[in-house]
Amino acid sequence: MKYFQTFLRYKYLLLNLINRDIKVKYRRSVLGILWSVLNPLLMMAVIATVFSHIFKFQIENFHLYYLTGAVIYNFISEATSTSMMSVFSSAALIKKVYIPKYIFPLEKCLFAFVNLLFSLVAVAIVMLISGVRFTFTALLFPVPIIYALIFSIGMSLILSALTVFFRDIVHIYGVFLTAWMYATPIIYPMEAVSERIQTVMKLNPMYYYVQYFRDVVLYNTVPGIRWNLICLAFSFSMLIIGVLVFKAKQDKFVLYM
Amino acid sequence: MSNAVEISGVSMRFNMAKEKVDSIKEYLIKFFTHKLFFDEFMALNDINLTIEAGEVFGLIGLNGCGKSTLLKIISGIYKPSTGSVKVTGTIAPLIELGAGFDMDLTARENIYLNGSVLGYSKEYIDNKFDEIVDFTELHQFIDVPMKNFSSGMVARVGFAIATVTKPDILIVDEILSVGDFLFQEKCEKRISDLMSGGTTVIIVSHSIDQIKRLCDRVAWIEKGKIKMIGETEEVCNLYTQTSN
Repeated sequence: MKYFQTFLRYKYLLLNLINRDIKVKYRRSVLGILWSVLNPLLMMAVIATVFSHIFKFQIENFHLYYLTGAVIYNFISEATSTSMMSVFSSAALIKKVYIPKYIFPLEKCLFAFVNLLFSLVAVAIVMLISGVRFTFTALLFPVPIIYALIFSIGMSLILSALTVFFRDIVHIYGVFLTAWMYATPIIYPMEAVSERIQTVMKLNPMYYYVQYFRDVVLYNTVPGIRWNLICLAFSFSMLIIGVLVFKAKQDKFVLYM
Repeated sequence: MSNAVEISGVSMRFNMAKEKVDSIKEYLIKFFTHKLFFDEFMALNDINLTIEAGEVFGLIGLNGCGKSTLLKIISGIYKPSTGSVKVTGTIAPLIELGAGFDMDLTARENIYLNGSVLGYSKEYIDNKFDEIVDFTELHQFIDVPMKNFSSGMVARVGFAIATVTKPDILIVDEILSVGDFLFQEKCEKRISDLMSGGTTVIIVSHSIDQIKRLCDRVAWIEKGKIKMIGETEEVCNLYTQTSN
């Protein structure tokens, strides 16, 4: 209850910080927030051109296949990697005013989420152009991205707490993110790898979020209960671990800044 | 009279690492070679202090004696290593004005940002916006990015935001030394307005004159311990005599 009250008190701060990030990100760019739509589109054009020539995967609607995977991946990778530095780089503030410290990673995740919403516009555009059928299943798109958001918040809490103590995690994480991208079927189909590797790949939470998103948007199917339970389990166990780690370490942050 | 702040048996211990270990490699090497020792440093040692509601309380002492650490413990930034702090009411910290300003944003945007850092709601800032701007006297610069402000101008905005509310406890750390003398007078006036409205004020200052002018009671801190608590005049006189 007490925690909830503090959160409400700082809700406006959270909104303000997100607002600031948006302003600072698009300051002095002519197209402004439109970049959040254009960027995934241009990226997709490059990847689709390159990969459809190098690898001869038989993927129907490769553009959309790639884009649906990439927006989920980009969201998780942006949310976690910006959160990571968020506590540490707010040292000036944390040392001077009392603010609940989870505000910082939470804010970065929500900011990345706003960006994700804009890149969904890009997904819709590509859907229109490539003539994919819009069906009611597409309306379920918030489900996988909210799973991914919960997962990202959990992971961000852990990463941002650890980064205060060990700055070099930032460098390792950059490499990890690249590996994670290739370990998830984003630019290649799952069937391209051997069955044995597929079993290992199924331990990757990102695979489930990406697949869920593709199912509802691209393949017009709704994942079953089992799939939902797996997603829920990954998201909430990450969130719980995140909260516990952060809570255990947060009082020490200020001493290491 | 009720107590605004009750500090009992508070100690603050810092690990004073000779070299800062902030990478995993260093940590592991030091861990396995058993060199992971820190020099401990007691910034505060068994502090007991009660500040009554409505009182203007001064903290004096030489640099590094623990004054700022004590303020940070009162405002909840540090958790004390031992002991407990009980604070009744809302705190508006003035510890270094303008912490939390984003210099890329304009003064208007920063008033909202900084206000929310202090926990104000949007409606509250909307209502008080004109009052804040009037206090800063910076009307024509309100839509200018704050990186173009002088430090005195930044301090004006910071002070105006922090004191627009009527906090139960106001913490003032060496801030009255910025700004021109007119603004300093204005700040002092605002502080005395707050005081007459029943706000408890805790002031850290190296200006003994200022302390004498404003405070009811003073604590003299030396090397993390309270050397003396008492009436302003008495403590200040002894402090200046011994320090010279």
